[in-house]
Amino acid sequence: MTTIVVVAFFLLTLLLGISIGSSGKTLFAVFEWLASKGEADPMLNTIIWQIRLPRVLLAAMVGASLSMGGLVFQALLRNPLAEPYILGISGGAAIGAIIGILLGMARFPGVTLTAFVGSCLTLALLLMMTSGSTILRKDALLLSGVMVNAFCSACIMFLVSITQDARLHNIIFWLMGDMGMVGMGQVGILAGILLPCFILFFLLSNTLNLMVMGKETALAMGVNVQIMNIILLVTTSVMISASVSYSGLIGFVGLVMPHLLRMVLGSDHRVLVPACIFGGGGYMVLCDLLARSLPRQGEMPAGVITALIGAPLFIYLLKKAK
Amino acid sequence: MMQAAIKAEHLEYAYARTAVLKDISFAVSEGEFFVIIGPNGSGKTTLLKILSGIHKPQSGSVVIDGNPLQTYSRKSLARAVAYVPQMIQTDFPFTVREVVLMGRSPHLGMLGLEAQEDLDLAEEAMGITGVGHLANRRLSQLSGGECQRVYIARAICQQTNIIILDEPTASLDLAHQVRIMDLMEKLKKEQGITVVMVSHDINLAAMYGTRVLLLKEGRLLHLGLPQEVMTFETLEDAYGCRLLVDASPLGRFPRITLVPERYMKPESTA
Repeated sequence: MTTIVVVAFFLLTLLLGISIGSSGKTLFAVFEWLASKGEADPMLNTIIWQIRLPRVLLAAMVGASLSMGGLVFQALLRNPLAEPYILGISGGAAIGAIIGILLGMARFPGVTLTAFVGSCLTLALLLMMTSGSTILRKDALLLSGVMVNAFCSACIMFLVSITQDARLHNIIFWLMGDMGMVGMGQVGILAGILLPCFILFFLLSNTLNLMVMGKETALAMGVNVQIMNIILLVTTSVMISASVSYSGLIGFVGLVMPHLLRMVLGSDHRVLVPACIFGGGGYMVLCDLLARSLPRQGEMPAGVITALIGAPLFIYLLKKAK
Repeated sequence: MMQAAIKAEHLEYAYARTAVLKDISFAVSEGEFFVIIGPNGSGKTTLLKILSGIHKPQSGSVVIDGNPLQTYSRKSLARAVAYVPQMIQTDFPFTVREVVLMGRSPHLGMLGLEAQEDLDLAEEAMGITGVGHLANRRLSQLSGGECQRVYIARAICQQTNIIILDEPTASLDLAHQVRIMDLMEKLKKEQGITVVMVSHDINLAAMYGTRVLLLKEGRLLHLGLPQEVMTFETLEDAYGCRLLVDASPLGRFPRITLVPERYMKPESTA
């Protein structure tokens, strides 16, 4: 039942996303366009196929993968406050992506690969810092993550400050989480990377349930914890770096969505994984919609909206957890 | 002679370079209530984790139901041995029913989709452990004793011949302690389940154990019937404190009483 609501929410946001934009063509016009199979208005046809639809699909995929990233990290680290952005994994991917951009690489596979290397390095660093015998406490993980994130931000600022040509503006806007610069081809590539990740996570959703109960319980229930840890962490890194290399740094989606969904749907990951994909996708489309319709002139990066909603929620959850 | 449910031979285990277990060998018969006792840091929990396949011994072997431990896959081992860890906290709002149903996953496919039969088994297990009325409550809303019974229900749901428990009565009040021990005794008697348990409480060990294994500094100090192992000499040697041991008014098992310092005469021993 609730699954239907989540999917309906997702479809509704998709429809809204392609119906609202700076050209003033509205919902009604889009319905007409849908009814005429795109032959009624060539202008609208172009707007939808080349501007709105790729943007909406990109936002949906990015939101879905960031939510999934949050869900998986929270389960693996057994900490409901873990999230790729807060832990600095997204930041690491962003450093890699900027280096790729500065080297003049193409978005795919070049920048995606450098972003993947960056996210893997920060992940390894974070796990090294927290897997020691003494620091396994929840606060230690979050603190280490905050430090990794701060370090990544400094590196990003450094890279931005030594860049002086026209690439500067692009990098900054991309960094803040911009969805506006892709075509359908790129959306297809991203979908090709993300869909297998989503399917894998769904297949491992019951394993995630057992792993949330702790390493020893999972082992005793027949889960090969070490191998699963590696598979899940690497897949999450692939997913996050692919998203970051297309959309920049968008924070707190991985925190907000799994939390909301867990409050409504409970903790069963066999339900949460699909719910995160659709719910996270819809939420991101909505944030991007707000970002491009709120300012009177021009647009605001979507990352601004997600942080405005997510950061206060994080503080609230942190206080509640104590 | 009954077949051994668990057979351990020459187990050695070390964390970093500190030896935790040294040359431990013993066998647990089918349908036994086997209690492992010993002071803090004597290696009780480590031994339990080796028996349940969580830790791998550096040398020595474990045989479960006649097959060496290494011949089991993780999943097939989870169908032979259930492990109830010490109290674990989780911030994830699983319901009691969901946690108990997890016990079915070693018997199910990758997604762990439960059939009606599995749901029935979970209901039954919750009934046996007396948590049926809590089925839809979240784990975080339960008391320590209720949580412990939920984990035992999950172990029952796993339908294994062996259940291994790590201090199931720690931090529980008296009523819950006796309820959990009675429950394990009932499972042993009615379903022939082999129970292996670590206990801090030597009186509970004496009351319920069919045999008791006493560990000290990673070595097997004594193994036998409670009245054989729990003598004044061995217990004082193992725990290093003053004790009185007499017969329990309830029956043929020993009763252990701690002796505070003010009752000790300067030269007397017993």
